[in-house]
Amino acid sequence: MHPAYSVILFTTASGAGYGLLALLCLVGLSHGEASTLLFGLASMVIALGLITIGLLSSTLHLGHPERAWRAFSQWRSSWLSREGVLAVVTYVPAVLFGVVWSGLYPAPELIKPLAVITGALALLTVMSTGKIYATLKTIRAWHNPWTVWVYLAFALATGAAILAAITAVFGNFPAFLVYFASAWLVIALAVQLGYWRSIDAAPLDLTIEQATGLGRIGRVSQWEAPHTAANYVQTEMGYAVARRHAARLRRLVVIALVLAILLMLAGLVVPLAALPSAALAIFAAVVQRWLFFAEAQHVSTLFYGAEAA
Amino acid sequence: MTSLPPPSAKKLGLVIDLDTCVGCQACATSCKEWNAQGYSAPLTDEHTQGAEATGVWLNRVHGYEVREAGQAQSRIVHFPRSCLHCEEPACVTVCPTGASYKRAEDGIVLVNPETCIGCKLCSWACPYGAREYDQSHGVMKKCTLCVDRIYNENLEEEDRLPACVKACPTGARHFGDLGDPSSGVSQLVAGRGGYDLLPEMGYRPVNKYLPPRARRDGATSRAEALPKPDGSAFDRLFQWADKILSPRQASARANDIDHSGKLEG
Repeated sequence: MHPAYSVILFTTASGAGYGLLALLCLVGLSHGEASTLLFGLASMVIALGLITIGLLSSTLHLGHPERAWRAFSQWRSSWLSREGVLAVVTYVPAVLFGVVWSGLYPAPELIKPLAVITGALALLTVMSTGKIYATLKTIRAWHNPWTVWVYLAFALATGAAILAAITAVFGNFPAFLVYFASAWLVIALAVQLGYWRSIDAAPLDLTIEQATGLGRIGRVSQWEAPHTAANYVQTEMGYAVARRHAARLRRLVVIALVLAILLMLAGLVVPLAALPSAALAIFAAVVQRWLFFAEAQHVSTLFYGAEAA
Repeated sequence: MTSLPPPSAKKLGLVIDLDTCVGCQACATSCKEWNAQGYSAPLTDEHTQGAEATGVWLNRVHGYEVREAGQAQSRIVHFPRSCLHCEEPACVTVCPTGASYKRAEDGIVLVNPETCIGCKLCSWACPYGAREYDQSHGVMKKCTLCVDRIYNENLEEEDRLPACVKACPTGARHFGDLGDPSSGVSQLVAGRGGYDLLPEMGYRPVNKYLPPRARRDGATSRAEALPKPDGSAFDRLFQWADKILSPRQASARANDIDHSGKLEG
């Protein structure tokens, strides 16, 4: 599958934003009001900023961005529509939570209910992003129970690393947060390895013989393509650049995540180590997302000569 | 609304005969010609004068080589492929805007070019590669089953057929109601063992494909089957002519038929 760069930016940026938002809600639930107004505002602005950049970039790959509002209408059947609705709905409790949690408006009794609603909506939004891919039966590597967990784990891991980095900058970096962020990075790594194991084990059992129905006669191969230059289906579904480098790119994701964990743990001694740790976590998420697209093989490529999909 | 309508009694679709299709591309070009100016026009081509000419087509004719077990020669099957107007079209249910829809009255799957946002998700959901994105129009394109022909009262009755069906010179494309077991297309499917593409995907396509018939006799085109000299006066005349015309060292082979396909000798 061709990776649209705006979709990679969208899913990693807004994923990290929703992950951070959900964890700030957790902080609100456990600690009540933010330690300082500045920390509260800064972390909320970063969370909502990442979400907003992501959502805006997601409209860039559309043929008609000015019609994007129409995507809120089909939530009964479409996970893409549900994601859009949830993304927009989340802003309302998120802004209210930010206002009371940061201490802009003193209403400590509202922090907990708003935290529960905002956190749940943030996680549901990430889940529906994962569901868009997981429900596509045409792509074996996505139609997989791990897909949704990969999206959730990376959202929370990058969110936790960013939360640690913000906290380190504001000078109040408890050891608990180091372990908490490291744990999320470990979970993301474990889920990612589980996902790769799962897609590598799933056999590509649809063949060109089945696609054409000509297996009843014999072995099938493409004799002549229906056109002289690659068409939309081939460039969109048959993208294979990163697939050739998949093994190397997988190692890159693992190395980046391991370094992010080690740097996060170094935060126990040097708090600002959390900054490069967060950067590495985001880098790992971007490469992982690119691979997620590039490694995915689409059933329709069978008609263009792929032997199995 | 991208939720699917209740199953329609009428299921309009195509039946494509892989036995008689000769791969002439008349269906593809007539489809392009009609649909570049009708519903959801344009149907853009790019770099038409360059080496990498590309464009949006709603119907494409593939060629496949099939090797039968025990046969020295493979056979070529021409394979037209377009939207199958599935009964469970995931391309419709994933659409976030309602631009993709399945008509309740006849089951035709369409894209409304006025409301499509060009997110391309529907094309990802289609296992048949039937949807193609039009870069210049910014919307998804697909076979309309020539909805603007089949009900078009400005056309003569005999022209109210999909352009591809009307154009096919060998009668390999058939249009009709596959929801009616007594219709011509349904009878054809029943009689010839018409099949679904990728039934294991669960999309339940309406269009059906008729399999190529078995070879009548795999031996008729083999070298051994060609006529042998029978010793008649004509044979002797040609042998004499062959002897005169052949170089001396090759005359020993004059009675043989050369199956090598080589030009020398």
